[in-house]
Amino acid sequence: MEANTLDRIQFAFTITYHYIFPQLTMGLAPLIVIFKTLAIKKNDERWNEVARFWGKILGITFLFGVVTGIPMEFQFGTNWAVFSKYAGGVIGQTLAMEGTFAFFLESSFIGLFLFGEKRLGQKLHWLSAFLLFVGTWLSGWFIIATNAWMQHPIGYEVAADGSVHLTSFWSLVLNPWAIYQYMHNMGGAFVTGSFAVAALGAFYVLSKRQVEYGKLFLKAGVIAGCISSIWMLFPSGDLQGRMVAKHQPVTLAAMEGLFHSEEGAGIAIIGQPDMEKKRLDNSIIIPNALSFITYQRWDAHVRGLDAFPEDQHPDNIPLLYYSFHIMVGLGTIFIAIMIVAAFWLWRGRLYDSNWLLWILMLLFPFPFIANTVGWMVAELGRQPWLVYGLFRTEHGASHMVSSGNVMFTLLGFFGMYTVLTLLYIFLMLRCIEHGADELGISTQQESNL
Amino acid sequence: MELIWFMIVAFMLVCYVILDGFDIGAGIVHYFVGRNDAERAAVIRSIGPVWDGNEVWLLATGGTLYFAFPALYAAGFSGFYLPLIMVLWLLIMRAAGIELRHQLEHNQMWTAFWDFVFALASILLAIFFGAALGNVIRGVPLNAEGYFFEPLFTHWGTTGETGILDWFTVLSGVVAFVALAVHGANYLALKTEGEMNERSRMVVKYGWFALVAVTIASLGAVMYVRPTLLDNYYSLPIGWLIPIAVAASLAAIYYFNGKGNDKAAFLSSSVYLAMMLGGAVFGLYPNVLPALDPAYSLTVHNAKAGEYGLSVALIWWPIGIIIALCYYRFLFKTFKGKVVVGEEH
Ligand code: HDD
Ligand code: HEM
Ligand code: HEM
Repeated sequence: MEANTLDRIQFAFTITYHYIFPQLTMGLAPLIVIFKTLAIKKNDERWNEVARFWGKILGITFLFGVVTGIPMEFQFGTNWAVFSKYAGGVIGQTLAMEGTFAFFLESSFIGLFLFGEKRLGQKLHWLSAFLLFVGTWLSGWFIIATNAWMQHPIGYEVAADGSVHLTSFWSLVLNPWAIYQYMHNMGGAFVTGSFAVAALGAFYVLSKRQVEYGKLFLKAGVIAGCISSIWMLFPSGDLQGRMVAKHQPVTLAAMEGLFHSEEGAGIAIIGQPDMEKKRLDNSIIIPNALSFITYQRWDAHVRGLDAFPEDQHPDNIPLLYYSFHIMVGLGTIFIAIMIVAAFWLWRGRLYDSNWLLWILMLLFPFPFIANTVGWMVAELGRQPWLVYGLFRTEHGASHMVSSGNVMFTLLGFFGMYTVLTLLYIFLMLRCIEHGADELGISTQQESNL
Repeated sequence: MELIWFMIVAFMLVCYVILDGFDIGAGIVHYFVGRNDAERAAVIRSIGPVWDGNEVWLLATGGTLYFAFPALYAAGFSGFYLPLIMVLWLLIMRAAGIELRHQLEHNQMWTAFWDFVFALASILLAIFFGAALGNVIRGVPLNAEGYFFEPLFTHWGTTGETGILDWFTVLSGVVAFVALAVHGANYLALKTEGEMNERSRMVVKYGWFALVAVTIASLGAVMYVRPTLLDNYYSLPIGWLIPIAVAASLAAIYYFNGKGNDKAAFLSSSVYLAMMLGGAVFGLYPNVLPALDPAYSLTVHNAKAGEYGLSVALIWWPIGIIIALCYYRFLFKTFKGKVVVGEEH
């Protein structure tokens, strides 16, 4: 295999793996702030227990996020040297700001939050949870702004030596693409966090251990999950889609599997792209829907892949198409389930509906899948560009690093991350097991006093 | 402008080496200072809440280097491809060692395993970082386009087709190893009591002789490998204060260690690290990555980013760093005092 291909595989593998952890961290952090607030407001020690329990999960997840995040920062230089030299003056800026404004904040307050409760007292402990939340969400902002610039470059000029120079700081930091991407992506993280809380609640209630805490988890998880699932479709997913339609029309065509331009184009619910015959096989199509969603007119003209030169088509159209359809499909299913669950919760029937609890419990891996394929939509859709419209992916890799060396490190990452995966699963299972024995112990002690 | 950013990057690097240096150093002397499970748990606890923040200095330095000197970041990181990726693996292992050990606090096999991982990764990291600095001082085989690639080792010589490791860079690695061991031991002396405190002081006391020896050897080697490093000292004689400060801080380490003033000894080893790095940086300027063929060297002028980007960053950077220093103060204040052996988290 060529070095460039291996570089792409390595980057895709390590970033996809990294993103498993931050999405849970960023989703749990605001929930923990809510738990701490409830504990203080209602003067209910049970919520403090809940916060501590999820804090433990967050602590371990955070560690895995940190160790897999550090390679990401380095790989821009090690594997994408030509790209880094070209664009470093611009995207290095947001990456450096992430380090300075977000990572210092997170790393200081995670320690205080996890180990400082006794020393700090409740008010300051709440504050450290809050600042941890701010830190993780700021981190998300800067990294999304980095990615958004690659999707939709603005505020730059091309200098004499061919590299890009920043000309407007605020366009970089407040890129409109970043604003929509952030709204959607953070919503996705919140979905992951709330579904995890609900799923564990369902498990505790079903297994008849810690039923009292299981119910608290369920209540919090279902309410948060219902709001965030709806948010993913509307407004945030809708707005994201319009950005893509406006600035990357060829990506939209590929995502939707629209091979030919049409007036009144429909949306394919299912179907397999046939790249040779340039059509969707076995498709079920809602007529005129795509025109309406994109341009708010039932008969609007939507450009298909045939309207763009081949060399600008994304290079893996089927995968892009499936990723998008899996994301939207899961998103729709999430909304349906969560609305039912919220309704049942409101009517007081949720805790006894075993079938619904089973569904909620088994649902927990799916937000991870939705987030991962969502990113694949964004990243595959950007191809063949590294910086959209400006710089092609094939020119970006470190040309002095031979394919043998990249293969070596790629295999090393596979091995390393396999071990990390086993450790993470082991530690999570242990937390869940111990939680069932320990949750509520300090509450009991308190009431005995 | 580029001079300012050169100094900022150097400042951040010094902060990184002093801060993460003490927790890497703690890892190097882990087995020596912590003789049993409870004591080793105490070593880990002494760095537990701070190591990640310390490591963020590395990321922040990397990020700053990235946008201020993109050509340097690109050339350096891809040129040192293999050792850097190995550094990443070591960082992962070390972090796992620190943070996973206490997850199963009462399982001896578990803690013994992570103790080993933590110590080994710390030792190798110190050597790798030292060797990396050695490479920068020696110069690398940059081509006309501004890129290079070095294999891990070739013929162990400092000219011709060089590798990452040669006699000179290995020596630099040893210097880093000894210096961080002493620095880490100073930190542990400060954070522990009783026998652990005594053992840490012992490390400093005997490590000190090794440190003096390798410091002198490395200075000699630098003169031999890159005599031009002294040019800046001749043209700006105030630079000679740096080697004087190195000598003074070395003396101070010994003196305060003997007096049992751990805090002052720790500060002295911090000054030592800062001055050793400062000396190298002072001599390198305006080069940021010297080439074996001087015509191709990367300097602050040909590696820097656009003027506008550098000047806006001068606004946010100080704000960010001041805020970060406030967190640090708060963090260290909250966790100040000695760690007690046998106490739970
Ligand atoms: C739980 C996760 C999740 C769920 C349920 C959804 N998404 Fe999503 N989506 C993401 C998680 C995500 C993501 C991982 O967060 C992405 C990748 C990059 C980004 O900013 O957000 C994304 C990107 C993304 C893009 C941009 C692709 C690009 O940048 O080229 C569009 C158009 C949508 N989504 C649209 C939707 C719609 C219409 C949904 C309907 C339900 C939906 N998403 C559900
Ligand atoms: C927000 C920060 C991110 C940045 C700056 C970023 C940047 C990049 C870069 C530089 C590449 C390699 C060049 C290329 O092949 O296009 C890439 C590829 C890729 N990234 Fe991202 N990425 C980010 C987030 C993510 C996340 C969170 C995921 C997945 C969960 C992801 C999935 C992928 C995939 C699948 C590829 C491979 C695409 C291909 O090569 O065909 N990215 N990204
Ligand atoms: C190529 C892109 C990326 C790079 C270079 C990167 C870099 C890093 C680094 C260096 C860390 C460790 C920080 C520490 O030591 O405290 C980290 C952790 C983190 N990253 Fe990433 N990251 C990338 C993608 C993402 C994405 C797409 C997101 C979310 C939108 C994200 C969110 C986070 C968060 C919240 C953390 C804190 C630790 C955690 O929550 O697990 N990162 N990242």
